[in-house]
Amino acid sequence: MAGNGYKNEFGVFGERPKVPKKLYDAKYVIGGLIVFFVIASFTLWPNLGKTIPAPQPKLETPVILKLKEADRKCVLPKAEIRATHMQMLVDWRETVVRSKEKGAVNGREFVAPDGKKYLASLTNTCMDCHSNKAEFCDTCHNYAAVTPNCWGCHLETGKKLAEAK
Amino acid sequence: MGMDRREFIRLAGLSALLGLGGKGAFEIVRPGLALAGFEPAPKALEGKRWAMVVNMQKLDEATAAKCVEACHRVHNVPDFKNPPDAKLQLPPEIVSRHEIKWIWTEHFHNAFVEEQPMEKVQHLPFLLLCNHCNNPPCVRVCPTKATFQREDGIVMMDMHRCIGCRFCMAGCPYSARSFNWRDPRPYVAQVYPGYPTREIGVVEKCTFCAERLAQGLMPACVEASRGALVFGDLADEKSQVSATLKKYFTIRRKTHLGTNPQVYYIV
Repeated sequence: MAGNGYKNEFGVFGERPKVPKKLYDAKYVIGGLIVFFVIASFTLWPNLGKTIPAPQPKLETPVILKLKEADRKCVLPKAEIRATHMQMLVDWRETVVRSKEKGAVNGREFVAPDGKKYLASLTNTCMDCHSNKAEFCDTCHNYAAVTPNCWGCHLETGKKLAEAK
Repeated sequence: MGMDRREFIRLAGLSALLGLGGKGAFEIVRPGLALAGFEPAPKALEGKRWAMVVNMQKLDEATAAKCVEACHRVHNVPDFKNPPDAKLQLPPEIVSRHEIKWIWTEHFHNAFVEEQPMEKVQHLPFLLLCNHCNNPPCVRVCPTKATFQREDGIVMMDMHRCIGCRFCMAGCPYSARSFNWRDPRPYVAQVYPGYPTREIGVVEKCTFCAERLAQGLMPACVEASRGALVFGDLADEKSQVSATLKKYFTIRRKTHLGTNPQVYYIV
């Protein structure tokens, strides 16, 4: 069989002409590629070779400082809350908002592994201790470039539910 | 690659043991973790069928206004009519079109369209709110189950799931639902710290103060009503609502639609 085509009783098919292996307009193509990569990577240069320090979320809020050393712990162990707090908050949200729906878990209080009970609430429990959103939540979220949409509705002020008159 | 009967039984038995003792095994590997869970709030008011009675013989204009104010304050409902900043002032047609209301007043002929007009009650400020129907059309049409009926009868909103399609608004015959056409937060004069605001693009309505019931409190409007509003469990024979309904003749809004509304009016 000739070349790269194939042949049957009706004739020869798919025969492609031989193309010389040559890059036409090489200086424009390569030059253009170089210009493209320079422009595309432009935003990365300022940080080249630098290490951005890991964020240090601040824990020193008035409420936490008031607690005894032994009581200064989150609802879950530190490593766990750091890795899974988003999952936990979704759990809290589903359980609280959808409690008493048919077949749902009916609960407003979160029972921590150590047996302590907490009101499952972002604004009233989490933000009560961590009243410094800018220095606590935002430092890591900005570092990791995540934008949780909690704050579109939920307030940052940590304050116990006030009694309505 | 076959498995004889003895091998199969041995494996099945082991699996069953592992399944039954799963939690115990988990406890040994990572103590404490399996314990984390949820409990109902200890002080919560429990009911099987929450309902409300509005006693129009006791309700005057000022009390009705107080009820509305109390509700809208604790739920961070925006007031487009009187914005906290003069710069935020909106044209009147936008104010009425974008209005958010959880509880509001209306005259008899607007509230009870199909009833015969009654001279005596014609100009009373009828307090209207979500009727928490037993057969809620809004729940049936919601494509994401953002609005759902709880086992205690409350028709609840899950703002996290609302996609703003407004089917529920079309479904509700009582106009009890409002859509957030604009960001409501600038229009909340004094933000109530215990409760979230809403975002642009979601539908909201009265929730019978589900968050207050969980704390053992009566709904905000009931507390502000000086006895004109009665709230309680209809399934409980001894509750105040049951007693009130037995004692007085009451009417409900648009019962012919078959939604079985659970807000009763003494006229």
